[in-house]
Amino acid sequence: MFDVPEIDYLAILPLIIVFAGGLIGCLLEGFLHRSRRPNAQLWLSIVTLVAALVAVVWVARDNQGITAAGAVTIDGPTLLIQGLVLMLSIIGLLAMSERLGGTNPDAFTQAGVSVPGSVEEADAVRLGGTTTEVYPLTLLSVGGMMLFPASNDLLLMFIALEVLSLPLYVLSGLARRRRLLSQEASLKYFLLGAFSSAFFLFGAVLLYGYAGSMRLDVIAEAIGTQTVMDGLLVPGILLLAVGLLFKVGAVPFHSWVPDVYQGAPTTVTGFMAACTKVAAFGAMLRLLYVGVEAARLDWQPVLAAVAAVTMVVGAVLTIVQTDVKRILAYSSIAHAGFVLTGLIAMQQVGASSTMFYLMAYGFMTIPAFALVALVRSAGSEATHISQWAGLGQRAPWMAAAFSFLLLAFAGIPLTSGFTGKFAVFAAAIANDYAWLAVIGVLASAVTAYIYFKLIVTLYFGDRKNDTVVVTPSALTTFAVVSGVLITLGLGIAPAPLLDLAANAAHFLR
Amino acid sequence: MSVLETSVGLALADPSAVRAVEATGTSALAWLLIALPLLGAALLLIGGRATDSFGPLLATLLSWGSFVVGALIVLQLSGLAEDERAMSVPLWDWVTAGDLSVHAGLLIDPLSMAFVLLITFVGSLIHVYSLGYMEHDPDKRRFFAYLNLFVAAMLILVLADSYLLLFVGWEGVGLASYLLIGFWNHNPAYASAANKAFVVNRIGDFALIIAMAYMLATFGGLDFATVHGSAGSASTTILTIIGLLLLLGACGKSAQFPLQSWLGDAMAGPTPVSALIHAATMVTAGVYLVVRSQAIFDLTPEARLAVAVVGAITLLYGAIVGCAKDDIKKALAASTMSQIGYMMLAAGLGPIGYAFAIFHLITHGFFKAGMFLGAGSVMHGMADRVDMRRFGGLSGMMKITWLTFMAGWLAILGVPPFAGFWSKDKIIESAFVDQGNGAWQAWVFGLVALIGAGITAFYMSRLFFMTFHGKARWEDDVDPHESPLTMTVPMIVLAVGSVALGFILSWRGTFASWLEPVTGHVEHHEPVLSVPVIMGLTLVLVIIGGAIAWLRYGRDEVPVVAPVGSFATRAARQDLFQDEFNENFLRRPGASLVAGLEVADDDVIDGGLVGGTSRGLAGVADVVRRAQNGFVRTYALTMLAGIVAILGAVWVIQ
Repeated sequence: MFDVPEIDYLAILPLIIVFAGGLIGCLLEGFLHRSRRPNAQLWLSIVTLVAALVAVVWVARDNQGITAAGAVTIDGPTLLIQGLVLMLSIIGLLAMSERLGGTNPDAFTQAGVSVPGSVEEADAVRLGGTTTEVYPLTLLSVGGMMLFPASNDLLLMFIALEVLSLPLYVLSGLARRRRLLSQEASLKYFLLGAFSSAFFLFGAVLLYGYAGSMRLDVIAEAIGTQTVMDGLLVPGILLLAVGLLFKVGAVPFHSWVPDVYQGAPTTVTGFMAACTKVAAFGAMLRLLYVGVEAARLDWQPVLAAVAAVTMVVGAVLTIVQTDVKRILAYSSIAHAGFVLTGLIAMQQVGASSTMFYLMAYGFMTIPAFALVALVRSAGSEATHISQWAGLGQRAPWMAAAFSFLLLAFAGIPLTSGFTGKFAVFAAAIANDYAWLAVIGVLASAVTAYIYFKLIVTLYFGDRKNDTVVVTPSALTTFAVVSGVLITLGLGIAPAPLLDLAANAAHFLR
Repeated sequence: MSVLETSVGLALADPSAVRAVEATGTSALAWLLIALPLLGAALLLIGGRATDSFGPLLATLLSWGSFVVGALIVLQLSGLAEDERAMSVPLWDWVTAGDLSVHAGLLIDPLSMAFVLLITFVGSLIHVYSLGYMEHDPDKRRFFAYLNLFVAAMLILVLADSYLLLFVGWEGVGLASYLLIGFWNHNPAYASAANKAFVVNRIGDFALIIAMAYMLATFGGLDFATVHGSAGSASTTILTIIGLLLLLGACGKSAQFPLQSWLGDAMAGPTPVSALIHAATMVTAGVYLVVRSQAIFDLTPEARLAVAVVGAITLLYGAIVGCAKDDIKKALAASTMSQIGYMMLAAGLGPIGYAFAIFHLITHGFFKAGMFLGAGSVMHGMADRVDMRRFGGLSGMMKITWLTFMAGWLAILGVPPFAGFWSKDKIIESAFVDQGNGAWQAWVFGLVALIGAGITAFYMSRLFFMTFHGKARWEDDVDPHESPLTMTVPMIVLAVGSVALGFILSWRGTFASWLEPVTGHVEHHEPVLSVPVIMGLTLVLVIIGGAIAWLRYGRDEVPVVAPVGSFATRAARQDLFQDEFNENFLRRPGASLVAGLEVADDDVIDGGLVGGTSRGLAGVADVVRRAQNGFVRTYALTMLAGIVAILGAVWVIQ
């Protein structure tokens, strides 16, 4: 009675490559001597990600389609999001691998399982323990992120959600310094993540009850024809949305963001902030544009309200922060609101502006966190604003790059931040959400204040502190420079990528 | 009334909107105008210390190169028929989102080219001056890089063919001015002034952004051609909103009431910067914006009236504040504010005033930059002192500075035949014209402009006499001396401009007819008072003002410590309590709204409008922040509450 489904292995080749890379990484962990692991794992991961990226480009040419019994859709948006996740995770991984002259990635503890401050931990440090499992963990998470926007089936989407989340929970808890804070962050993320997953599942079940299937195309068909179980539809959609809104950190599902962003190893935060957001918005596009588009009059106002609240709360809370990582965390909440503004505009322009904003945001976030990780005081990261005072004199390049990224966050013209905001607000205005665009503009005005204050602190602040900026290796330098250049490029000549996003914004249903 | 009809006709056939053809010949090279100084900035910033030796000179040359290109383009334009003088230089396809598409391009027309010549000429002179002024500064390469950056940004602002590109320049000049004001950033007070300038400007900037959002929603585009071309089809309400927002943007950049608080503090920057940015060019961008958007303002009398009112208030405000300042640069800053008030007033009068606004802007650019450079020269000779009560009797020690400053002084007073006479008098006359909105408007604006001229004469003469005449009140350690040639030559050139430019440009209405393709042809209107009477009254008031100043500050002894003074004097000294007003009426209520919470006061910006608002916001945020207490159970509860609220709302709606 069970038919073996047709699977187009070529279309899912990028996924296979990444998962295979992750599994090989696990094997290396078991069989390779620990002194050789850091290099081997780094190169394995990079090669895997680059190969997957090449595969994505190749698939994009002529292997699009719905496969695996209708569970996986490989179409324009999927491929764009997958490509974006891969590119971002490459520079994210490079930043995570920063060793600062040591033999191990500097950000990670040498014994993740040990109790902070315990004898075991001291032993691990003495013996030169490594935590190279971060590489396979990252690869597996990336695999989940790539599957997430491709899921045409709620059950698969749930699995992808868990696959991408579980490694992140672990990664968050592996910071080398301030380990208790890091472990607390990890636990919080896990508990709240589990909580939100439950809502996602509940929503999936309600929609199953409504349409008799978890497949998005079946649900889409049922809307408008089904009448008996009508009451299940909107609650189902909204509960699913809650699961996804949690992942992107929209208000009121944002409380975990600042704590986790602050506690997690800084470079992991960068990776998480950029890639998770991209993947989760990709999944949201799939769910809302393909699955329940016909019922949009029911959910659109709710999401518009969420977007408005997210922008306002994110912006207002950003300006009272005194910790650079928390500033970036709250700013990421505000940015989630900006992306949502584009997303609820619907139509092709909604999808394309959303995806463009994600590109812009991703490439400014990872370098920003990578730079934060370089600012040190007494051996650990110095993240309080006052510790950044006057860095412009001592580390001109770092300060210039960070200031530029802050201008991009603020949405100043000739940076990708401006183009992105322009795109999403234009999409919103064109589709009767002008009020949301106005709130967005005001919210960016509010956040601009703290970004400028930070720039002022960097350049004009009182310099009496012992903060130093460590010299990064080529890995981090590459990650930062490429991010900055892309941010600049998308500001000056965004047309090719706007076109790419517009052309890719056609969903297979 | 015929004026109204004329203006409607003008707007629909806005010359800058419709007739721009693609540029040919020299004009096609207009991108060089911007590219040259931009290249200089890039080379000097990226080249680092390696360019220390030749960097400043290179920057100066590139700035002059930009002037040469500008002059050649003007030469080409003047050879063309009047209606062919608007040309576009498309650059590249910039932002395309959905149906919207914005191309980056330049607009060459008489208005933008008038600005280009002013910016590049005065800008280049100030580059030369800075070679002398900044000679001993170890970081002068960086200073010149910022100067070049400023020139490039300012040129983008005036050459842009869309509001979006204009906005790029608008932000660019803001950034450059910020970097230049805070250039001596080892001094915290200066850094804080830089911050205040930038942040106050953000209010104006965001007004401009919202104006653009409205334009986008109404006209579906942001380029001048689209917006101005279809302005006639939009509702008056929308146009008024857009007009008021543009005005607010202009107020921020041009230090007009109520966003004027930053200009005085911005004087903390090096003096050449004050001359270039805070006198001649950047602060006039607001006037440019209003004149450029005439198609919108012509259709909304309310917004235009607001422009005139803001101008009138600021011209008096600046003049009054100027009377009490003892810091030579702050007195000049107040005078700049007041003179820009004149320009705004003229722009607010509509078609009869546009050309005079720009005319005064150009002459003011010369004489005020000249006086600022003069002030810089005085400071150079007086060990960087700025208190005029410790100057006096400098005319003998610094002959060139004295004479060039005198040219500027006579020009701003409006003494014939100096430059200011030709431009300011025209504005006063226009203010007295009854345009059919009731004679009271003509009387109010006219009298304000007239009285302003009298006060101007008083405070500028006060400044002049206190500095150059009377008894020497120097402190013991100063040794006044004339400045080097690199500094005096630009001052002399600007002085020549202050003497003759007004006459040259008014000769047979050269300048007015040059601008005519943009501002439209206007028939002569009869003021409510006859022209000779106005001229006579103005002169009398100027003489009275000057005479009082001579009696009190030239003949009588000036105390070296400022006397307590009357209430009015004290009020003027403190900028008419602007900072206190911001503090009490904007920040305090904002802060007490949030239940009298102690707001963290680590704010570096003091009392500025934005500082106040943001602290109020910070108070609000503080309350919300309490929910962020670190307990997972609270977070989970927040989420649950959110879900319940969402589902509940949907349930209620359905």
